[in-house]
Amino acid sequence: MQELIKRAKELLADGTAARVLGWRRGDLPYNPEPAFFEKEEDLDRFVYDGFCGANLSKMMIEASRLEGKTLVFLKPCDTYSFNQLLKEHRVDREKAYIIGVGCRGKLDIEKIRAQGISGITAISGAENDGPDTLKVRTIYGDRTVNYGSALLGRCHVCKGKEHKICDEQIGRSRDTKDADPYEEVRAVEAMTPEARFAFFQKELGKCIRCNACRNVCPACSCRKCVFDSTSFDSAQKANVDSFEEKMFHIIRSFHVAGRCTDCGECSRVCPQGIPLHLFNRRYIKEINELYGQFQAGEDPEATSPLTDYLAEDPEPGIIEERG
Amino acid sequence: MCNRRDPLIPQIGVITHVETETPDVKTFRIVRPEGGKLFDHMPGQCAMICVPGVSEGMFSITSSPTNREYQEFSIKRCGMLTEQLHSLEPGDQVTVRGPYGNHFPVETELKGKDLLFIAGGIGLAPLRSVINYVLDNRQDYGKIDILYGARSADDLVRRKEMEEVWMKAPGVNGYLTIDVAQEGWNGHVGFVPDYLKEIGFAADKTALVCGPPIMIKFVLAALEGMGYTKEQVYTTLELRMKCGIGKCGRCNIGSKYVCKDGPVFRLDQIEELPDEY
Amino acid sequence: MYKITKENLRALFREIAGSRELYLPVEMGGQVNFGVWDEDAKVRLDVLKTVKSPKDIFFPQAETLYTCTGSGKNIRIKPQELKDRDFVVFGMRACDVRGVKVLDQVFLSDPQDTYYAARRAHGILVSMACGRPEESCFCSTFGIDAAAPEGDVAAWMTEKDLFLKPLTEKGEQFITSVESLLTKAEDEAETVEAEQKRIREILEKLPYRNLSLDGWDGGATEEKFDSPIWETLYRPCLACGTCTFVCPTCQCYDIKDYRTAEGVQRYRCWDSCMYSDFTLMAGGNNRTTQLQRFRQRFMHKLIYFPANNQGMYSCVGCGRCVEKCPSSLNIVKVIKAFEKQGGGANV
Repeated sequence: MQELIKRAKELLADGTAARVLGWRRGDLPYNPEPAFFEKEEDLDRFVYDGFCGANLSKMMIEASRLEGKTLVFLKPCDTYSFNQLLKEHRVDREKAYIIGVGCRGKLDIEKIRAQGISGITAISGAENDGPDTLKVRTIYGDRTVNYGSALLGRCHVCKGKEHKICDEQIGRSRDTKDADPYEEVRAVEAMTPEARFAFFQKELGKCIRCNACRNVCPACSCRKCVFDSTSFDSAQKANVDSFEEKMFHIIRSFHVAGRCTDCGECSRVCPQGIPLHLFNRRYIKEINELYGQFQAGEDPEATSPLTDYLAEDPEPGIIEERG
Repeated sequence: MCNRRDPLIPQIGVITHVETETPDVKTFRIVRPEGGKLFDHMPGQCAMICVPGVSEGMFSITSSPTNREYQEFSIKRCGMLTEQLHSLEPGDQVTVRGPYGNHFPVETELKGKDLLFIAGGIGLAPLRSVINYVLDNRQDYGKIDILYGARSADDLVRRKEMEEVWMKAPGVNGYLTIDVAQEGWNGHVGFVPDYLKEIGFAADKTALVCGPPIMIKFVLAALEGMGYTKEQVYTTLELRMKCGIGKCGRCNIGSKYVCKDGPVFRLDQIEELPDEY
Repeated sequence: MYKITKENLRALFREIAGSRELYLPVEMGGQVNFGVWDEDAKVRLDVLKTVKSPKDIFFPQAETLYTCTGSGKNIRIKPQELKDRDFVVFGMRACDVRGVKVLDQVFLSDPQDTYYAARRAHGILVSMACGRPEESCFCSTFGIDAAAPEGDVAAWMTEKDLFLKPLTEKGEQFITSVESLLTKAEDEAETVEAEQKRIREILEKLPYRNLSLDGWDGGATEEKFDSPIWETLYRPCLACGTCTFVCPTCQCYDIKDYRTAEGVQRYRCWDSCMYSDFTLMAGGNNRTTQLQRFRQRFMHKLIYFPANNQGMYSCVGCGRCVEKCPSSLNIVKVIKAFEKQGGGANV
């Protein structure tokens, strides 16, 4: 982390970057917030550890409108989002100086709490080059937590630790992938239609329409969302009946299909723990099966199968034929 | 029908008369289905009018409380709801709830004062309620000056009432102006704030100002230049409102709710609010 | 004072639910929220904080106010029926009870909201002391005692028993209605006192125990509003409504139409001052930036609300926003930022 701060200070000092976009140390051991740093001394509160799960790519939309370059720290998975935004002309490459940061997987505080831990006052070992065991100090006594046992769900299906875009790279990464990304999807597909409906009913029934999933999503970069339109009758905040939330999430997942990089931010931020990534991953799986392997954000030059037409593309009827 | 008294449940209002004032302003006369006024109100108060299935909006009541038969609303077409309202005809129903908000202090601070009304465009609507109230209780107030302007002669709301009733009433001086010269207009041409300075009213009056924000801004500056203190000037604020009773939070500025604590504010009260209106 | 053994709680719930609706923390889809009890409900009284506060029992996220039928020349209005049956909310925490008191200030003040008032009149609040406060808790800052919650009945969970103490007339009646399942425990006041002492000792160790509201009062509008601190503070804000919707005191709402075959339902739903369209109207918008919207939420809770309510803050220190904000922003960080960087009376 000191290396990141040192490098950021250098780039601010030599004028390469007008500001730094990173994470600022929170007031609890696990709640750093995304932040812009304008001055070198502000960087004293810069932090990069296991709790920096927030994907900063989307904030580069705002930064692209500011004067000068913004130095941004991107984790390997964040670079896919940045590339996708680049492809959609939402961010300006010239306005970004990207340092790819190493990653050994990011932590989910809920998974630490789920181990019966509460009253947390300090956590050590969350550094990117830290040990395999977290030491958690609580007002109810000290505990240890295996780093791997507290990873965000998305880290278990990590796309790989290679930065797909960056100007330089700092820090080492450790592979965290130990599950098949489509296993969860297949489990849902294997359900009977009734069971599948009940599953989504139960999960989406928890939705409180806070819009956190949409607002954090790098693919949801519309200036004005259709769900914010005042003339869209059944829109917005209310979960008037159970159909509402389903419609919101289904429409949203359609809108990001082919552009979603599976960054997993939607599931990370959902206050009600809805596995929202399942929708998107289902579409990714579908696209891969119908049009061949495609990873959004891997290559900013590549054409998305959903915006490209090839003579050999399957006819829409294939969905029905397949059953 | 509805006999529960909840502030959010409206009553039915029947439109009995629609008058086209300008190309985009109509005045609607509304009564209870069984006839008679919807409610009692004071000058400056507002009511929520709703076309079910379209939307609901807050409108100032333009008729005077001294009118015992009906309430009137002058409504400018500027959105979905007002578009719909403009399509309504006599006999059509809407829902109405109110009256909401405070009112011009016609029974207290304004009593015995010389009054200077300054209005621009649709801003005449709330002031008309006060003007007619004052004229119907003429002995309680001093001299009256009414300065009213609009973009063009066609955009002057209640022009006939102004020329034929108010300007002919004892102790009332009326001044009309339009922004740009046009054929058939022999009156004053120029913006309201400029005309105000030109006339140069003595600073011993109480001013009631209503109009588009930009007009209000320059009128207030002009009044200050003419020697008016903040305690001598009243205006109204307009923000998005939903509940009308100071609970839904939308029109909150500082510790005030415009729907409940406003819409009428004295200038010194406005200056205490955070700059967010 | 009464008590019931933990093993008998299920019988107690069954008894309560026999004649009334019973709301309590239940687990659904891995999340614990207040829900209606039934035999299959997975009751989680052990969970300190439900994701959402129990405010939606009194102020639902969406509720129909009335239904309009007909159109044009013949409109009819049918008001929604009011809650007319007693119900019990079991296991509210001290902060959540205070949250309801904050809502009371809004909805029970003149002109009273009859939908809310009916629910308050029929609701019986059984609160529970916090046996295991968490690091995100800061109710003490608002003068709330997690060891002695308010409500109609207060309860304390010890290793074996749940102790119950009626605090109001409603509470007495509730106890009478389930008395057959309870044991009198007048001579066990010491057990509860010991539990209270234990809780208060924990509260003293919480990281936010010294959080100070000095400088936040109804008179500080100008000084706080104009502070440059907001310019950096708001930036990670996603403009979502998570903080608003999990908050026990946020009460802003919208009123909208829902067109059905049976007429137009005029319903209200929670709204958030964090949303860009909150103050948008045909004539413009008086808060066009997220900075303004972010500032409004905290100014309202810590300055405007106390100005209108005899110093009562519209925050109860439940810490839900601390736990749930996707960007790890929250009211504590706001208060601390002013404390540290000045721009306020805290300097």
